[in-house]
Formats: sequence, structure tokens, C-alpha cells
Amino acid sequence: MLQRSKTGPQQQLSLGRRLLRDRVLLLFALPGCALIIVFHYVPLLGNVIAFKDYQPFLGITSSDWSGWENFSVIFNGDPAFLRALKNTLILTCLQSIFVFPAPILLALLLNSLFSERIKRIAQSILYLPHFMSWVIVVALFQQMLGGSGLLNNYLRSHDLATINIIGNSELFHVLLTSQIIWKDTGWATILFLAALSQIDSQLYEAASVDGASRMKQLWHVTLPGLRGIIILLFILRLGDSLTVGFEQIILQQQAVGRDVSEVLDTYVYNNGVLGGAWGVAAAVGLVKGVVGVVLVLTANKVAHIFGEQGVYQR
Amino acid sequence: MSTKIVQGVPMPGWPMRIFKGLVLLVFCAVVIIPFVGVISTSVAPNKQINESGGLVLLPKSVNFAAYESLFAGGVVTQALFVSIFVTVVGTLLSLTVSCLLAYALARPAFTAGRPILLIVLFSMLFSPGIIPTYLTVKGVGLLDSIWALIVPTMISAFNVVVLRAFFMNLPNEITESARIDGAGELKTFTYIVLPLSKAVLSVIGLFYAVAYWNAFFSALLYLNDSKLWPLQLVLRTYVINDTQLGSAELGTELLPPQASIQMAILVVSIVPILVIYPFLQRHFAKGVLTGAVKG
Repeated sequence: MLQRSKTGPQQQLSLGRRLLRDRVLLLFALPGCALIIVFHYVPLLGNVIAFKDYQPFLGITSSDWSGWENFSVIFNGDPAFLRALKNTLILTCLQSIFVFPAPILLALLLNSLFSERIKRIAQSILYLPHFMSWVIVVALFQQMLGGSGLLNNYLRSHDLATINIIGNSELFHVLLTSQIIWKDTGWATILFLAALSQIDSQLYEAASVDGASRMKQLWHVTLPGLRGIIILLFILRLGDSLTVGFEQIILQQQAVGRDVSEVLDTYVYNNGVLGGAWGVAAAVGLVKGVVGVVLVLTANKVAHIFGEQGVYQR
Repeated sequence: MSTKIVQGVPMPGWPMRIFKGLVLLVFCAVVIIPFVGVISTSVAPNKQINESGGLVLLPKSVNFAAYESLFAGGVVTQALFVSIFVTVVGTLLSLTVSCLLAYALARPAFTAGRPILLIVLFSMLFSPGIIPTYLTVKGVGLLDSIWALIVPTMISAFNVVVLRAFFMNLPNEITESARIDGAGELKTFTYIVLPLSKAVLSVIGLFYAVAYWNAFFSALLYLNDSKLWPLQLVLRTYVINDTQLGSAELGTELLPPQASIQMAILVVSIVPILVIYPFLQRHFAKGVLTGAVKG
């Protein structure tokens, strides 16, 4: 009764009146909303400097327009840009092949354990590295695999040849990939484990009654149950395919040089913030962002064509 | 809960179970050994560190000289205070701002709710890029200020969405009855909604805290003054880049070997995470996050 009499006249109130009535809620929403606008949408607009000859002392609005000039490093294939692009693509391939499937395999292993206690202990240990900063992860890898690290000290004390891993440019891409695997594989199992727990146990019972082996059950029951989440995460991964780990690389760039370590994000940082080529750096950053969005939308479309749900529904 | 799916399936043989156990044991060892090595080295005696050539897995005796020199009032002590300030103040501000916004968005009758929700959701689709973000932070005058570590990352759209989903799932009758009793939005929020949301508040709060504690890039980008450096930047300079820490930086004449000082800095930045980890962990089991995301 009360509900109805309240909603009735609400429709007739003018917008101004309704906003006045909701002034407390508006006040609640204001700080958060303002932060998102100032630190997200304003910089988004700030991307116009990609089309300007930006001079710090003039500011964004007073700097001259320069058309597509800043994009010439991309269109004309500037060697430093191509180097960054090449490293980014190599790393993104390595990550898709080795980093992406790792948590799926680990989740299958954890899920197949009979002892709930062992499973929980293993999870606590394996989730931990996710909460360490990249600075800590890089430092730990140095202590383990560096010149005076645990591995090489062991080899030295047994009169074996030492292996140069940290600071070795040939192994740098492999090192980066293994650091990501160490840090995030455990944590990434969380979504797959949630999906695994959703699979109806009757499906397994039915399959085993029909004589399906454990491998067959994995193929015909478990993997189809994981298909939705795998496709969803792969689409999101695609959108991030030009983002291959910025902090991680900046921290180790000095040791191996830019030939193997420069990626698009470090190119933007090194040329823009450090080098002062603001317009060019912003142009590269903008193209990277746009390509990312296009990739997600395309992948999502493809997922829809194959009858999957994807990130959002049509 | 999840292992029930193997009901009705014969147990695998012992060889398979032992094999799985071994694989898991190796994985766990790979995760744990670096931490053990770092903690041991930070307390190991000099002689043992020199003999081993660097890292020690099992200290023969324990001494805290490295920690004493770190807390003597030099660079590291300073950085620790910065990191603690940023983490505590940042987390409180983040939680306040996010909860207020999420609460407003969770009220179905809120007139401006729809457009504001779209602003929040769309911000998750695009990342504005490093250069424009840097120029914005510079533009609002935060460069070389400790607030540059807090304000630009104060709100996470994702966390707002999670909080909103949680608030919306609270039984409507409770908030409705508070309103009938004459409580305004502020009273309903502080006395009814917040106490009912302790679980999600602690998870989101811990996630914010970990993010602030671990923040490295914002400090690198926005701070030139080394007095304002948080622990992560000190860690990079003195551990990863191996810059020597002398008595001038440490503010003490007491100088234990570099290796144990470096490891002690690492331990100081790891320990807070290890301390709150069990609390984080308690909530994973409840699936607070995954549940909210699905809803």
C-alpha cells in the first residue's frame, strides 16, 4: 500500500524535483564519480595530444595541431617502434601458449585431489605469489637464479658450470614468461575451480556407468564444462594482447638492454615521460588502446558466431 | 564441495596418487623456497653468508643486526613510514568513496543512478594510457606529492561493481523498515548496510591495501623526491639495482653485510602481506568475489 502510493506520484515529479529529493544519494555518489571522471575520462580526452605538437609550457589546449604527424613512427615503421612491436608480439605469443593454459592444468590437478585438506593447503601456498609486488618477484628471481643466487651457488659449490640467467638477453623472454607463471598461475586457478565445482556430479556418474575412462570423462564432461570460462578469459586476454607486463619489464630493462626488453608500454614511457616526445608516445599509446578494444569486440563477435556467450550478451 | 564430483568413480591407483602428490609438492616448493631463502639470509650470521656466496637456506644462528640498521632512521625507515601512510590512509579513503558510490548505485529509486552506473562500467572498457594520465596528474598539481600515490588510484570501478552487487543482494525488507522508522540515507547506510557488509568490506579493503602497499609504478612516475619514496622504490634501488647502502643512507654506523641488509628490506616489504594473507584467504573460501562477479 505504502509502496504503491510512493511510486505513483514519483513518475510525475519533474527531473529537478527528483534530483532534489535524491540529493543525499547524489552527494554519496559525487566523490567517487568525480575521481573516475578526473582520472579516467579526462585522460581519455587528453589523448588528443596524439594529434598535437605538445609543448609542456603551452599546455594541451594551446599547443598546435599537427594532424597525423605523430603517427608517422607507426606508419613509416620507425625501427625503435618496430623493435618494441616485435618484442610485444613475441611476449604475447609466449604468454598465450604457456601462461594461459597453465592455470587450467593446475586447476584440473587440484580438482582431482581426493583429500580436501591437501587441496586447501596447496591452494594457500600457490595463491600467495599473486599478492607480491613485481618488485618483490623480480628481486626473488634474482636471489634464486642470479649470478650469486641460490642455483649458481649450488652449482659452484659442486664444481659445475654456472648458468647466466638474469641479465642474459637471450633468455629474457623466457625469464619474463616464467616469472608470470610463478606469480599468477595459482591465483588464476580460482575461476576455473569455481567453474569445475559447478559441473553436475551426475554427469560423471552417468559417464562412468557407461564405461567412460577417466581420460574420456575429462574430455567429454570436464572440458565442456570449462569451455565458457576458457573462452571468456581468452577474449579478455586477447584484448590485453599488446599489454605484456610493464612494471615487470621496466624493473629489468637496465640489465638486458632495450633490444630484447623494449615493448610498446615501455616505449611510451621511455619516449614520453623520460624522453619528452609526448605526442609520439601518446600516439603509440592511443593506437595500442584502440587495437585492444577492437580485438575484444572482434573476439566477442567470433564467440557469438560459434554460439558462445562471450564477455557480454548481444 | 567440489570433490563430490568424483562420486561413483573408482579411486585412481596408488602410483597415480603418488605422482600427483609429488607434482604438487614440487610446485609448492618452487613457491616457498625463495621466501625461506630470503628470510633465512636476513638473519643469518655474516660468516655463513660469505661462505655460501649469497643466499642461505638454513641459518646456523639468528641475529637481527640487519633489521637494527634498517630501523635506525635512514632511508628505509622513512620509506616504511611513507608506505604505511599510503596504505592506511589510502585504503580508508578508497573504501569510503567506493562504498558511498556503490550504495547510491544500489538504490533502485536513485534518479541519476543509470547514467552514473554507465560512467563506472564504461571506464572499465578503456584504459586511458600512460601519457595522458601522467599529464592529468601533473595538471591537478599532484606531481611530487605523496597524494599522487593515493588519489589517482583511489577508486577501482571493478570494486565498486562488486560492492554494488553485494549491497543489492541485501534483503530489501531491512533497509525498507529502517526507512519507515524515519532513518535517512546516511543513517541507513552507516547503521544498517555497512554492519551487514563486513565480509565484503574486509575483502575489498584488503585488496585495496595490497594494491597500495605494492604500488611501484605510480611512485616511479610521479615522485622525483627520494624522501617521498615508498618501500617498493627503495627495494628497486637498493636490491634489484644493487646500489650500495652506506651509513649515510642508513643513518647508522652499524653496517651488517649488504646481502643481509638487502634481504631484510625484502622481508620488511613481504611480511605485511604475509600477515594479512590468512584474512584474505578466509574469504576466498566463501567465494565472496566470484559470487559477486557472477551476479
